[in-house]
Amino acid sequence: MKLLLASLLTAVSVFAQLNPADLLKPRADSWPTFNGDYSGRRFSPLKQIDASNVLNLALAWAARVTGTNVQIKSTPLLVNGVLYFTSPNNVWAADARTGSVLWHYQYPPNTGSTIGNRGVGMYGNWLYFETPDSNLVSLDARTGKERWKVPIADPKLDYTSTVAPVVVGNHIIVGIGGDHLDNPGFLQSRDPETGALQWKWWTTPRKGDPNMDSWPDEYSSAHGTGQAWIPGTYDPDLNLYIVGTGNPNPVMAEKSRKGDNLYTCSIVAINPDTGKLVWYFQPSPHDVHDWDAVETPILFDGIIDGKPRKLVAQASRNGYFFVLDRVTGKNIVTRPFIETVNWAKGLDAKGQPIADPKKYPTTDGVLVSPSSNGATNWPAPSFDPETGLFYVGTTRSYSMFYLTDTDDHPEGWGGLDSGAGNDGSSLLAIDYKDGKIVWRHDWPSGNGVAHNLTTAGKLLFTSNGTNLIAFNAATGKILWHAGLMAAPSSGSITYMLDGKQYVLVAAGDSLYAFTVNQPAK
Amino acid sequence: MQSWKSTALSFTLIFIPAAFTIAQEPAFNPGRGGAGQVDKGIPAAIAGAKEDPAAFERGAKAYTANCAGCHGAAARGSVGAPDLVRSILVLDDEKGILIAPVLRNGRPDEGMPKPNLTEPQIADIVAWLHVQTYSAGHRTTYAFQDVLTGDPKKGEAYFNATCTRCHSASGDLKGIGARYDAFALQARWLQPRGGRGGGGGGRGRRGGETSAKSPITVTVTLPNGREFSGTLDRVDDFNVSFHDSQGVYHSFTREGVTLKVEIDDPLKAHTDLLGKYTDPDIHNVTAYLVTLK
Repeated sequence: MKLLLASLLTAVSVFAQLNPADLLKPRADSWPTFNGDYSGRRFSPLKQIDASNVLNLALAWAARVTGTNVQIKSTPLLVNGVLYFTSPNNVWAADARTGSVLWHYQYPPNTGSTIGNRGVGMYGNWLYFETPDSNLVSLDARTGKERWKVPIADPKLDYTSTVAPVVVGNHIIVGIGGDHLDNPGFLQSRDPETGALQWKWWTTPRKGDPNMDSWPDEYSSAHGTGQAWIPGTYDPDLNLYIVGTGNPNPVMAEKSRKGDNLYTCSIVAINPDTGKLVWYFQPSPHDVHDWDAVETPILFDGIIDGKPRKLVAQASRNGYFFVLDRVTGKNIVTRPFIETVNWAKGLDAKGQPIADPKKYPTTDGVLVSPSSNGATNWPAPSFDPETGLFYVGTTRSYSMFYLTDTDDHPEGWGGLDSGAGNDGSSLLAIDYKDGKIVWRHDWPSGNGVAHNLTTAGKLLFTSNGTNLIAFNAATGKILWHAGLMAAPSSGSITYMLDGKQYVLVAAGDSLYAFTVNQPAK
Repeated sequence: MQSWKSTALSFTLIFIPAAFTIAQEPAFNPGRGGAGQVDKGIPAAIAGAKEDPAAFERGAKAYTANCAGCHGAAARGSVGAPDLVRSILVLDDEKGILIAPVLRNGRPDEGMPKPNLTEPQIADIVAWLHVQTYSAGHRTTYAFQDVLTGDPKKGEAYFNATCTRCHSASGDLKGIGARYDAFALQARWLQPRGGRGGGGGGRGRRGGETSAKSPITVTVTLPNGREFSGTLDRVDDFNVSFHDSQGVYHSFTREGVTLKVEIDDPLKAHTDLLGKYTDPDIHNVTAYLVTLK
């Protein structure tokens, strides 16, 4: 067994290099970073699988990993024929041709939250993985052996780490999570060889910083949280790392944090070499409903009023779709994408929704749409440059929002919401130029907040319940589906291997690889 | 464009209004906040933090007498004295290893005088502080406050105008105010099928869940006109399944055939009203329903 393992490892080790420059133009036989490339589009130029043959898409292999309550919420990476995927405290490498596990790294038991892990980042032969107790671990991708680990936050302060690190040049950019005890939010950049801190950017201002006046005082800002818990996107030409931040704290009790509470619930552009803020836009000023604006800000170039523009778009948890100029952060489009949104009084001069104080949580409850889980959430949106459509899974949910902490200095969540049902769930295809819905698919049942992937084969892959489903991306017609043993739990990926295109999805504790079978030669 | 109208699967999905159905209460999951006030608040935090309730009680007295003057009644700080719930030293502490030295010696260089506490008092205050941080940091311990702020008269008028098509104060809802606390009642009448905290719940979770009372029913009409109906098990774009009145299970594919699928959720009226209530309507109706003892 040892010999067999050794020979397997030798076979893969020759190829295990990922040059960071490859991230700028990913190879067709790879999915080398969380979103497949830096843009966050989750659009693949591959088109071997298309509308003409997707009906013949069939299972090549399925593989289950062992463990207790494993939920693979990571988008697997594929580099040189090896898949790398995770669950909290676990990293696996598997042969992409068979699904056979090559190695399994297990992080020691700890008290951190195991809510999820979004995957690994890769640089050269090295993988980077965040642990529930907030260490950044580097592994040798060839063997799964730990190289080093460095603490990025104190788990006793209720931090927990779920983010897939993003590699930009020689920076390993990490974020953190945890919003139960009003602890400061930040991004860090770490050295790929040593793990040493290169820079740290607080997600809320400190004394003397611009926008300090969006908080009552430095103390409330320093405890204002705003965790960036989903990997961001990167524009190499502008050299901007663009990422969404989470809710302010205390979450639902706003008495001690009057003001816009920058840069929580914001889309921020950071220089990855310096860690300095370049611009920001705030989807939810003064949020009181837990509507993290962490949903992937997708980068693409488009035409606005006849002029080519560099754009960034987000379908935000608060129910609004935003398009910004990604050079300046200036707003171009703001439009609600679910009809039930009822918490804003209008838009301000910057295109940001103005929160209606009547919908702030109260002790007797206020009915708000969407719920704290949002109109959408972290599951991946997709942008197809060929259709010009932005795809997002949505639910028209309602909750009663209750204030539970009426102290002058509320802490933690300070309130709760109680689900009040929903008016249905839909897959939406949104025109980036005006935010209007071009087509929609109303699901007969189930949660609509699902992951999306588009391809140059004019296909959109998404899911409903335990079904993986392919749509015609332009028309919204269903072309194919397969029933899995669990609901897809992270974004599908696609790649070429040995001349064949594959679509791979993680669902619960298993991976499923689909391809179109070719005639025998 | 409604995509499903143009798919090869072409089917119709019709929701029938809940006309004169005898309303019944389905199984109910009140969600994140819990149905009521049992196991909430400080008792829940003491249990969660694994502290001794007696030590907590003694600690509360010792804290109030010795610490609250500067750090505030709830340990959330005041001018010159830090918030202890957010204190890194308190959060990092285990069994008083970090806190006890401060309570023994004070922090004279930072303006905190040496308190006059016995070792047992110090241990009790440590227990009390750990419960405070646990309580703030764990939503499951949060207790709802009074939701009875509405006007029962206005609630009754709203009820008579809106709810009596399916419900009766002297019939199906007789005594409902005695069966639930006010919070649970408000959550329940807003969405009788319940809902996970923030999750939305309601119609069609996990492929159309069923309930013993007020079940969702479905009628399937085949292209040849034959009709089947029963209690919905599951519906998605590809299949529909149900149990008929004899308890026989039926499952139909929706692919490549034109099936008419009509779904009747007798509780759908509750979901349809969500976009119509004002918050005072909600509070008034709750205030009225609690009077139905």
